[in-house]
Amino acid sequence: MSELKSGSNLEKVLKAGHFAFTGECGPPQGANVEHLKEKYSHLKGMVDAVNVTDNQTAVVRMSSWAASTLMVQDGLEPNFQMVCRDRNRLAMMGDILGVHAMGIRNMLCLSGDHQQFGNHPESKNVYDIDSMQLIALVKKMRDEGKFMNDKDIDVPPKLFIGAASNPFADPYEFRVYRLANKIEAGADFIQTQCIYNMDKFRDFMKKAVDMGLHEKAYILAGVTPMKSVGMARYMSKSVPGMDVPDEIINRLKGAGKGKVAEEGIKFALEQIEEFKEMEGVAGVHLMAIEWEHKVPEIAERAGVLPRPVV
Amino acid sequence: MIVADRKSLDEILWMVSDCNKILIAGCKGCVTVCNVGGMKEVGILASALKIARKKEGKPLEVDEKTLERQCDPEYVEQIRDIYDDYDAVVSMACGVGPQFLSEAYPSQRFFPAVNTTFFGGATEHGIWEERCAGCGTCIIHYYDGMCPIARCSKSIQHGPCGGSARGKCEINAELDCIWDMIVKKKMEQGRLDDLLMVKAAKDWRTARDGGPRKSIREELTK
Repeated sequence: MSELKSGSNLEKVLKAGHFAFTGECGPPQGANVEHLKEKYSHLKGMVDAVNVTDNQTAVVRMSSWAASTLMVQDGLEPNFQMVCRDRNRLAMMGDILGVHAMGIRNMLCLSGDHQQFGNHPESKNVYDIDSMQLIALVKKMRDEGKFMNDKDIDVPPKLFIGAASNPFADPYEFRVYRLANKIEAGADFIQTQCIYNMDKFRDFMKKAVDMGLHEKAYILAGVTPMKSVGMARYMSKSVPGMDVPDEIINRLKGAGKGKVAEEGIKFALEQIEEFKEMEGVAGVHLMAIEWEHKVPEIAERAGVLPRPVV
Repeated sequence: MIVADRKSLDEILWMVSDCNKILIAGCKGCVTVCNVGGMKEVGILASALKIARKKEGKPLEVDEKTLERQCDPEYVEQIRDIYDDYDAVVSMACGVGPQFLSEAYPSQRFFPAVNTTFFGGATEHGIWEERCAGCGTCIIHYYDGMCPIARCSKSIQHGPCGGSARGKCEINAELDCIWDMIVKKKMEQGRLDDLLMVKAAKDWRTARDGGPRKSIREELTK
């Protein structure tokens, strides 16, 4: 981590040793630029970078690179997400060059939800390469200046490479090794799945620290505040690889009518406080799903404002 | 073997709607083993078609013939004397069958009675599961004989993805996560290191992505 790899704001913030705070914004199901701008306007100045999802949950939306480009134009730093479900290696490399050309400097490499979850389950799934190979590809393009076929790139794309980690998927014992694999492949930073089972995450981080992974990549803990008991139940039952302990659901239920969302935010704030002190955690990735307007309040109450200017 | 499922009676009736006389051609290969297109199933389909058409007031004449195999020019000849006696031939072989027949008998029409699904085997009586994707470059030695290309919903070479829960795939709670099985076997055998490396992207040229494939065994062609 000696010299800057991409020059992105997120990279600079992390390299300077600040506790990073990233947000997320899903592009609209249409070409509604105003709607998108309204959503991400709440995040300006509140986070170091904004993840821009790529047809998340396999529902077709405005492309991640286009939404990311609009953000760049409006002075926000995007974290461009790319999934392996929808593109073969030609399209991937073309888009990697394209996003760099448009001023995008962070990229999160993901497998992607299977298209069966989405609104076009009839589509062909691509998976020409997987997320591990995508990480390695972006690194090769950046550091070696070569395409996958070893041919030279005329001006290599300099991107800060992100990867996801889900400590709550199975088999649990293997998860930290898969994280190690992603870092070995070239991930500079990691954003985890939404965390609700804190005991399990503490154990996961201890294992990661024991393996020295936090010294090789920046690990950002994923936080999604619960808006309602229904959301907690849905995430517990219907979102693959999500671990929502009963005690969280009971806590939300116990908050009483009209106070559940506040209780969800309180739990998120408690988590952020703990992550600030947790060994190996370099920041928080706040995924306020369709709740972007709450981000300023959460950031304020979490004591992460103002965001550092590096 | 190649596994197939029979098409619905309605779809087959639609295909033969303009016919008065057809031949149903079964196959004694894979489709006989997976109980979808052998002599017995040919008989069942023939009866069903005849009954349905009789009900419609448009009786259909149906003859039955089950070939040794439909994927071999030698056996395709088994209908040489009769193929032209019909308005169409309905093949109950896998997707290879109607094509070999069509190439051998250009003047006749051939319809498929089955949907060819995958390369697999029977895991229980009456249940077949996919095991091979026919990608042309086998890599299962890396995974102790289990294939993530065919059996992972995302065909990933570095799994399990974040959707694997309790040994099941994210797309279906009934579907085993092959990556869960691979990792557990490696752990039990103390060989987890096998998985701690980044594998090169797969060369799909040997799969269908490289175009229709052909296998030439020169020692047999002379």
